[in-house]
Amino acid sequence: MLTALHHNNDSVFRLSLFQEFPTLMHYQSFGGYEALKQALTGNPVNIIETLAAAGLRGRGGAAFPTGLKMQMVRNNAEPVRYVICNADEGEPGTFKDRFIMSHIPFQLLEGMTLAAYAVGARKGYIYIRHEYPEVQDTMRRSIAAASAAGLLGKNILGQEFSFEVEIFSGAGSYLCGEETALLSSMEGKKGRPRLKPPYPTQYGLWGKPTLINNVETLANISMIISRGASWYRSLGTSDSPGTKLISLSGDVARRGLYEVPFGTTFREMIEEYGGGMKEGGSIKAVNIGGASGVVVPPWELDCTLEYQSCQERGITIGSGAVFVMNESRSILANVHNRVEFFLHESCGKCTPCREGLRQAGRIIHRLIAGEAELSEVDNLERYTRAMQNAAFCGLGQAAGNSLISSLRYFRQEYEEACLDSTQRFERREVTA
Amino acid sequence: MMKLVHFELNGQIVEVNQGLSIMDAARQHGVKIPSLCHHPDQRVKANCRVCVVEVEGQRNLVSSCSTPVTEGMKVRTNSPRIRETVQTILELIFANHPQECLTCVRNGNCELRHLAADYGIREVKGEMTCANAPLDISTPSLVRNPNKCIKCGRCAEVCHHVQQTGILYSHYRSVDVSVEPEYGKSLAEVACVLCGQCASVCPVGAIHERDDIKKVWAALDDPEKHVVVQVAPAVRVSIAEEFGSAPGTIATGKLVAALRKLGFDRVFDTDFSADVTIMEEGHELLHRIKTGGVLPMITSCSPGWIKYIEHNFPDQLPHLSTAKSPQQMFGALAKTYYAKRAGIQAENMYVVSIMPCTAKKFECQRPEMKDSGFQDVDAVLTTRELGRILKQAGVDFSVLSEEEFDAPMGISTGAAAIFGATGGVMEAALRTVYEVVTGKELPNIEFTPVRGMEGIKEAEIDLSGTKVKVAAAHGLGNAKQVMELIKAGQADYTFVEIMACPGGCIGGGGQPYGTTNAVRKQRIEKCNGWAKDVRNFLHYVFNYSKL
Repeated sequence: MLTALHHNNDSVFRLSLFQEFPTLMHYQSFGGYEALKQALTGNPVNIIETLAAAGLRGRGGAAFPTGLKMQMVRNNAEPVRYVICNADEGEPGTFKDRFIMSHIPFQLLEGMTLAAYAVGARKGYIYIRHEYPEVQDTMRRSIAAASAAGLLGKNILGQEFSFEVEIFSGAGSYLCGEETALLSSMEGKKGRPRLKPPYPTQYGLWGKPTLINNVETLANISMIISRGASWYRSLGTSDSPGTKLISLSGDVARRGLYEVPFGTTFREMIEEYGGGMKEGGSIKAVNIGGASGVVVPPWELDCTLEYQSCQERGITIGSGAVFVMNESRSILANVHNRVEFFLHESCGKCTPCREGLRQAGRIIHRLIAGEAELSEVDNLERYTRAMQNAAFCGLGQAAGNSLISSLRYFRQEYEEACLDSTQRFERREVTA
Repeated sequence: MMKLVHFELNGQIVEVNQGLSIMDAARQHGVKIPSLCHHPDQRVKANCRVCVVEVEGQRNLVSSCSTPVTEGMKVRTNSPRIRETVQTILELIFANHPQECLTCVRNGNCELRHLAADYGIREVKGEMTCANAPLDISTPSLVRNPNKCIKCGRCAEVCHHVQQTGILYSHYRSVDVSVEPEYGKSLAEVACVLCGQCASVCPVGAIHERDDIKKVWAALDDPEKHVVVQVAPAVRVSIAEEFGSAPGTIATGKLVAALRKLGFDRVFDTDFSADVTIMEEGHELLHRIKTGGVLPMITSCSPGWIKYIEHNFPDQLPHLSTAKSPQQMFGALAKTYYAKRAGIQAENMYVVSIMPCTAKKFECQRPEMKDSGFQDVDAVLTTRELGRILKQAGVDFSVLSEEEFDAPMGISTGAAAIFGATGGVMEAALRTVYEVVTGKELPNIEFTPVRGMEGIKEAEIDLSGTKVKVAAAHGLGNAKQVMELIKAGQADYTFVEIMACPGGCIGGGGQPYGTTNAVRKQRIEKCNGWAKDVRNFLHYVFNYSKL
């Protein structure tokens, strides 16, 4: 994997910590586990308050305030609680969790331990996708090393607090990255989403209150605890403090993983971090947020990476995948690829997602084959709206997002496909 | 007292009990929200998404079946956005649904078709994607048509959580989702008990009773055949629903008149053989008590239950009463006793039974049910099929005058009338035992629900100093719990009644569509209304039988 991380002194993920074969000693030599040492002697609520003050929000895509989520688990009367690290990382074009777990596993483990102390959990799981066997091995080795050093297991650092972490391997379903489907999967059930409410914070794994957080979110915790909320707020913007890991790919010169402070524009990400377009091409479209994100034209790229401003423009930051397309790329081929992806990954439970994607797939297939009529583009838009409005879970709703944005910005390409068969044929050649 | 909440429904402030879903709350205030996967007796599934509404502050539409009303909530159930979404979802379902409404068994009472009519769907814009998979016609009771399935999950829910038989389940994912038995097997290859509860809750024609109307017409049209019909007790409290009457309407006299109009040579009553069953089971119970036989003795009237115990508790079979079900006692008696009396050859007899049950179609074909040398019961029609055959014959149920059953197999004590509701068979049999042992009439049985087990009730009866503990369970999920106690030797019951369907036969899988627990209750109330007469009749029977 081609990986370079933007580095400055004020980053959450410090370059000096990365190792090809990470060791606990190395992590500790750079101040690792100092945050845990400091926190374990204090009130667990302090952790929650610090994270709330820092304004940390979930980095998996939903951006739920982390402190608030912890508070909800902590306040539950049920004494048995769990912490689950969502490392299913199924979003196409996203490779940040893999990087964290491969190269700074102890930063994740320290964060998880802090989270467990904060919510009062004694057991944690890392749900790692089936496609990351080498990551699972690294995490297993790291858990063993931390346990041997008294940083996991019984009486951590000689204190009363005990916490165990276990790896749980997914089985290959994209939908199991959705937190309730993840829970069903862990319980041995079909990986289908559950009704919310009750939320996992009330009724999670085995019916117990459960804190489910993304790898990146948990890996943020130790730095916030050791350096404080105001330091964290000095990064990023007031609306969106801190940094975000961006998986940059596609037709840029330097593809890779970058730690980007909130407030950076998408254009800066491409131009400065990514070194501009590969081979001097120009930007046709950028796919932000992975397959479940949106497709935007170049003129939307001055939008800053901030929850509020992105939301206003209908851009989903999601897991932080940015896929850049040059002029040679076909939007239809891109959308076709995503629809096929969602069609494969839909659980089939709810009508709009199952049948809407089935119809969308057929229409796009006909468009590419040059058999579609103009009225079908309207139908496609209507099916997409139904998915967005009414699907049971985020998968179907998000599948709608990506379609609707491509229809908004690149409708012409859909309409052209209905009109001119020569052009269509050429485009297919280019795509292939 | 129930806490009240106020919310805004389409601009009006309304008050409802806390904890209600938006769907139920709106229905209470005259707003019917469309639904398909929702069933009042089942857990919320929120699969179909046709019940979506707008809630202020929510970005997407929410499913009203799964969202509870909260104080101050602002709900809109009708807007251009909602109408477009619901219409689109319906269109999406239709594009994957065979357009065979005219020839469908559910023509006229299909929930999907009602919605299509209500929403004015005149065109399906999508590509037709319905499969052409083979039908499952492996059993004599049910037909499963996977092509018509809309994946609402109502059948799987009743199969798993009510009956706990676990036969139908949602398999695979995405467009391959299919609700079917495991590993794509047919219903005959798995431990399906054919109770038909799946067919009862299916909103469309994806699983339904096997239609035996043609067989019955062929017999009725054959001048050589002497065709007799028997009607189960639970049919008389439900058949009127097929003609638009309220649930629980008793229509015994009209039912007899209607069957006579169809051309049956004799219209008899299953109550006749149910009386025989009571006597048989009552005396068998006494015999077992006196001789130290296998106890508890368990009733054997319900063919779904018999199939269930054979599949799931084969080592517990000695607990079953050796008595046949009333349907089969009737068939055997009709082709032997009645045939002889009437001077008819058994091979020229054709016995039809009208049952609330799909499993009865299986029962009558069991190889051991041939006491007359022929199949004792030739054809079984469910209540739903009876409604259809009457309509085919042009019988106007509403203007019929009441008629009486034919003698001799239409005469009954009436005791069996309570067979239709849960606990009825046991009560009738216990009364026999009580009268034989004590010579007195059994006072009211005080049933109490077994703690923690809804659907199981028990009672204790003093039989001249001997305490006898009895229990009644309905629905196979409850039966399973009782059987596990019996198997573990933890049940001190002497006599247990088990009925496969929730509510007993009145809630059978062959009853009119729309059989919810509320409808079951209405039917049971009518059955219980008979109970007083029943006791008088029983008293008479025992004095008579002592002579």
